[in-house]
Amino acid sequence: MMGLLTMFFEFFKTGLFAVGGGLATIPFLSEMADKYPWFTKEMLTDMIAVAESTPGPIGVNMATYAGYSAYGVLGGVISTLGLVTPSVIIIILVSKFLSKFNENKFLNGAFLGIRPAVIGLILAAATELFKLCMINEKFDGLYNMFDLKSLALFLIFTFSVLKFKKLNPIIVIIIGVFSGLILKLA
Amino acid sequence: MKTLINLYLSFLKLGTVSFGGGYAMLPLLQREIVDKKGYATEEEIMDYYAIGQMTPGVIAVNVATFIGYKQKGVLGAIIATLGMITSPLIVITLIAALISNFADIYYVKCALSGIRIAVLALIVKTIITMAKKNIKNAFGIIIAVLSFVVMLFDFSAVIVVIASALSGILYREVSLK
Repeated sequence: MMGLLTMFFEFFKTGLFAVGGGLATIPFLSEMADKYPWFTKEMLTDMIAVAESTPGPIGVNMATYAGYSAYGVLGGVISTLGLVTPSVIIIILVSKFLSKFNENKFLNGAFLGIRPAVIGLILAAATELFKLCMINEKFDGLYNMFDLKSLALFLIFTFSVLKFKKLNPIIVIIIGVFSGLILKLA
Repeated sequence: MKTLINLYLSFLKLGTVSFGGGYAMLPLLQREIVDKKGYATEEEIMDYYAIGQMTPGVIAVNVATFIGYKQKGVLGAIIATLGMITSPLIVITLIAALISNFADIYYVKCALSGIRIAVLALIVKTIITMAKKNIKNAFGIIIAVLSFVVMLFDFSAVIVVIASALSGILYREVSLK
């Protein structure tokens, strides 16, 4: 029971501070992975893949998956409700004062800071995930530090998605599935 | 009462078919909310998106909340939001259950490893797109780099968001003088 309550508050916090798109939840989920036994950082990339490939907003999908990993079906419901509650409250408040919101200079200023910061946050979280996937658990030196197969695949994928901008993420993920199977990346 | 049920169903439908985040939902939203049900006008939808961009939370959910509130006040806001999240809740729970039950199978592990790498590449792309859009000057670069470095040393993301917001406000005041 305490666990569920804690999770609700963690996702409430995430819903309140993850500004700028579903992927902004990643840094917060990464912190949760460190702090609680609910899920691991490796599972984060699985969550992102599923969240991008299924219908529904990415942030909601992430919360549901994370919550399910922690406490099953009830966990998924609690975490998702936690995520959306702050925004529902804020939007209801904003609706009452609609016109004044857009022109508020403090908000405009705040976003000048928040948007670049979020980029830094996501980059940091991505770096952690990169380390998990690309770096071998035991290594003696620089020569066998990186899992070369994974690294090569990563470079190919990154180049491809940057070059073919219109590529549907779902397709990239499906190619990832086949690459993993063909290259035997387990 | 009937409006509430219709509100829920409209957003249930939208939540089920929109892949890929809030903006991808926009055309479907227009068709359902503006054309079919008349819950809002096109201009209002644009306003909600603009504001939803700035408020915390998932943009698709924020827009749903706005539209729900406009129709039926607080109850409408809640019902619309619940409609939006119902499908993802069910679908994700099923998928997560499947994955966790089959996670030990060798082939599943291989597939997941491949997926992880694909996802990392997608994140890199998103970061670059966001950076092009939101980092326009030295201030932006400094904030982004600082946030990145500080997070690598286990700072709290909440503090970074608050600090960056305050920095932004200060910066705006200073740069406007």
